[in-house]
Parts: sequence; C-alpha cells; structure tokens
Amino acid sequence: MPAPESTAFAAGLDTLEAQQVPAARRWPRRTAAQAAPPLLAVTLVLALWQAAYLLGFSDTLPAPAEVADDLGAAWRAGTLLPALGHSLARCLFGFMASAVIGILLGLLLARIGPLRTTVGPVLGALQSLPAAALVPVAVIALGESESAVYAVVLLGAVPSIAVGILSAVRQIPPQLLRAARTMGATGRATATHILLPAALPGCVVALKQGWTFGWRAPMTAELITSTQLPGIGRMLDEGRNQHDFSLVLAAVVLILALGTAIDVGVFGPLERRVLSHRGLAPDTMSA
Amino acid sequence: MTSAEVHLEQVSKVYDDSPVLQNIDLHLAPGEFTCLLGASGCGKSTLLNLVAGLELPTHGTVLAPGRPALMFQDHALLPWLTAGRNVELALRFAGVDRSAWRTRAAELPRMVHLSEAYDKRIHQLSGGMRQRVALARALAQESKVLLMDEPFAALDAITRDLLHGELTRIWEERKLTVLFVTHNVREAVRLGGRVILLSSRPGRIARSWEVDIPHPRRIEDADVTTLTREITASLHQEIIRHACT
Ligand SMILES: Nc1ncnc2c1ncn2[C@@H]1O[C@H](COP(=O)(O)OP(=O)(O)OP(=O)(O)O)[C@@H](O)[C@H]1O
Ligand SMILES: [Mg+2]
Repeated sequence: MPAPESTAFAAGLDTLEAQQVPAARRWPRRTAAQAAPPLLAVTLVLALWQAAYLLGFSDTLPAPAEVADDLGAAWRAGTLLPALGHSLARCLFGFMASAVIGILLGLLLARIGPLRTTVGPVLGALQSLPAAALVPVAVIALGESESAVYAVVLLGAVPSIAVGILSAVRQIPPQLLRAARTMGATGRATATHILLPAALPGCVVALKQGWTFGWRAPMTAELITSTQLPGIGRMLDEGRNQHDFSLVLAAVVLILALGTAIDVGVFGPLERRVLSHRGLAPDTMSA
Repeated sequence: MTSAEVHLEQVSKVYDDSPVLQNIDLHLAPGEFTCLLGASGCGKSTLLNLVAGLELPTHGTVLAPGRPALMFQDHALLPWLTAGRNVELALRFAGVDRSAWRTRAAELPRMVHLSEAYDKRIHQLSGGMRQRVALARALAQESKVLLMDEPFAALDAITRDLLHGELTRIWEERKLTVLFVTHNVREAVRLGGRVILLSSRPGRIARSWEVDIPHPRRIEDADVTTLTREITASLHQEIIRHACT
C-alpha cells in the first residue's frame, strides 16, 4: 500500500470523490431541450381548445383560428403593436422604477432595525393587496392618468421587491462574513465581494416576484380606468363592452405569451445561471 | 516575556452570565503545533475566535501577531467563485499586489496538490478537496499563526489521513504556529506536539501532554495508540465528573 501522503494516492482519491460533471450540452441542443416542454404545453392547450370548440361546449367560445384572425386583423389595422408597446413600456418603466426603489428600501430595511420593525409590517400588508384594489385608490388620488397606473405598479411591486431583498440579505451565512473578517476584508470589500454575491440569488427571486406584479398591474389599471389608455388592457375592455369573446381571448393570449416569453427568456436563464454557479441547481436542464 | 507567538493570559469569556472560558493561560511558541481537545460545548471554538480576534475576552488579554488565519469546519468558501478565485480573494484582502495574485494563487493550490481544481467551483469538489482549498486560502494570508476549528471532522477516515499528512508537511515547510481544535483524540496525537484538554462549564485547561513521537507519524502507530488511550481516559473522566453534579 502506498503511503497516504503520496501524490498519486491523493490524485486517486480526488478522482474518486469529485463530482462527475456532465459536459455542458452545446447551445442549439440545450435551447431545443429547454424550448420543447413549453411548446408541447402550448400545443396541448390549443388542441384542447379546438376540441372544446368542435364539441360545442359553449355557444360563445370562438375557435383558435378566429382568435388568430382577430390578432391578424388588429395587426393589419395597426392597433396591435401600439397596444403591446404601451402596455410593455408601462410594465418596463414601472418595474425598473420599482426595482431601484425596492432594492434601496430593502437594503435600508436590512441595515436599520427600527425601520424594519415599523415599515416592515406595512410592506407585508401592501403585498397582500391585489392590483384591482389599488386602482381606485390611485385614480382618486392622482386622477385618471398614466401616473395613476405607475402608482399602482409601484405600490404593488416595491413592497414585494423590498421584502424579497431584505430576506435575501438576512439569509447570508454569517460564517462567510466571519471568514471575510479573519481575512482582513474592509467594510467596502466585504460588501462588494461577500454581501452582494451572497445575496444575489435571493435578489433575482425578489426581482422576479416584483416583475410578476409589475406585469399584471398595468393591464388591470388599463382595464379599470375609464380614460382611453392604449394597451392590452384596453383591448380586453373593448372586447368586454362589445361582447366579443374572440377579442377578449386574443388579449389574454397576448398577455400570456408575452409574460411567459419574459419569464422564460429573461428570468429563467438569469436564475439558472446564478443558481448553477453556486451548485444550487443542476448545471444543465436535464430531462 | 518569552518569544511566544500567541499569548492568552487569565482569559475568561462570559456569554449571557454563563462563564464559557475561565482563567485560560496559554502560550504558543513559534512553530509549535498544539491540539485542543474537549467535550462538545466546552468552549473550544470560543477560544479560537478569541485568538482570531472575532470575539473579545471578558477578562484577560489575548496577544496574537497581526491577523491569524482561521480555518472553519464547514470550509466557509464562497460558492459563487472557483477554487482559484477563492484563494485570489484572500490575497486581495491581504493586500497582495494584483499582479502577483495569479502566480501566488497558482502556487498555493499546488502546495495542497489541487492545481487541477483551480477552475472548478466549490460544489464540484469533494469534501476533502474543499478543505484543501480552505487550507490554501488560509495559507494565502501569509500569517505565521494558523487556527483550525475541527477542519477534518466531516471527512471520511481515508481522506482525513491524507490531509493529516499534507498538513504536517506544510506545517514543517512553513514553520507555522498551529492551534488545532478537534474532538478526535487520535487525530490530536497524530498531529500535535502538545495536546491540551479543556474541561467543561467553565472551560479551563484541565491537563496537557507533550507528544514526543517523532514525525512522520502514522495514525495506526503503537505510540500514537498508547497516548490516545491515556488521553481518552482523562477526557472520559472529565465528562463523568459532570454526571455527579
Ligand atoms: N454567541 C454566543 N452567545 C451565547 N452563547 C454562546 C455563543 N457562542 C457560544 N456560546 C456558548 O458557549 C459554549 C461554548 O461554545 P463553543 O462553540 O465554543 O463550544 P465548542 O467546544 O466549540 O463546541 P463544539 O465541540 O460543539 O464545537 C456553548 O455552551 C455555547 O452555547
Ligand atoms: Mg466548536
């Protein structure tokens, strides 16, 4: 038997013990593997919908093709893109403003105990309010305007992001901070090299939650306010007023498609990347 | 005073009115390898934290040069960095010039036989490899004093045996002053030049043994076994004492 101190012995142990990391799949195959399940789900829903239409479950239910026609008509009439653009712009601006404010507020909450005990519960309470409850409040306070829409987004998304950031910071293992201290890290070095990366996974989750709210709230606001704010919510409202089931479904399909696209295209990869670097999720999406 | 590297004089530590450590006098000579034994909760980690400067003593004085390096039981490596970057970060914190990081950070893992792990992330390494990266990171601090809090407790016996050999070699090469906390009496005798037994509640130095067995030692050596038996008997007596009170 070789001495336990020998290099070959150590190398053998390492090989046996090290986690076997499967080679990462090349991106076309990986993308295909990731895209397949959602595409399958969409196909399934469309098939069920078509079946329900053919079986005549409801007198008002339009066929998928009719909804597609409506979308095509809206596209040709030049109303589809502006509606999408307006809604998306509201969501994005609202979300970005909420992210900035929410992150700052979350960090302040983590930092200042008294703030946490006083403002924390208020944020928790605000989180439980649906957007539909915030719209009348914002409309009365700010009038029927774009600012009312943004107020709704901020009131919903900021608490959600701030609370998420707070818990992300508080979940940082204290051991890492102690290690940094013994290594002589200054306060600033600790913040940039330990605190920030350690809180990152939680922050991504917090932002994702904020986005979920920020994405739905403007549509609710467009739908509920009576001024003519162009957007997908407006489409929903028109469809309702004209009893046009097909138009309503077209708007719903748009909201679903866009929301899913951003979830799958932006937050999914971001979350996977952050988690897999930390060994918290598999490196590759396995079947 | 003597040329000792680390001094603890009449050191006491009280947590919430309960004394954890009481009147500890401990002097570590340069290049000395000291093992600290004791039952669970007797204050071993507290003692290390005092020397590391992470805690302040309630009474007494702790003198240690600069900033002693500390190695934790659960490695405390940063999971979002590769093994190499973890070592580089320690160099950055230690104020080493940026241009020297890469060479120094490559040399340290080689020292612990981990060159091939340089670009791997922590979760891709085995437990033994993680502790070797943690050791490399501690060595990056260039401190003459190395504090180790049960660094090998979670490892299997074969890996632990390997790391005992590595640690002894590095200790001899670098002439480090080591304070090594463990539950494992055999490990203490395998590694230490001196073994100190702490009593519990409050933690005091109950006894200490000089270990004259020459290096290289093996865990199964007869001398190691004999002394292990003797120290284990004392440790058991310490624990039994608490059954009567
Ligand atoms: N921050 C703290 N506040 C209050 N009590 C503490 C604190 N840290 C440690 N203690 C107490 O001090 C005692 C000694 O703790 P310590 O961690 O030093 O023991 P230990 O010998 O390292 O134990 P183990 O072998 O389990 O690691 C324990 O009873 C513990 O509950
Ligand atoms: Mg301990």
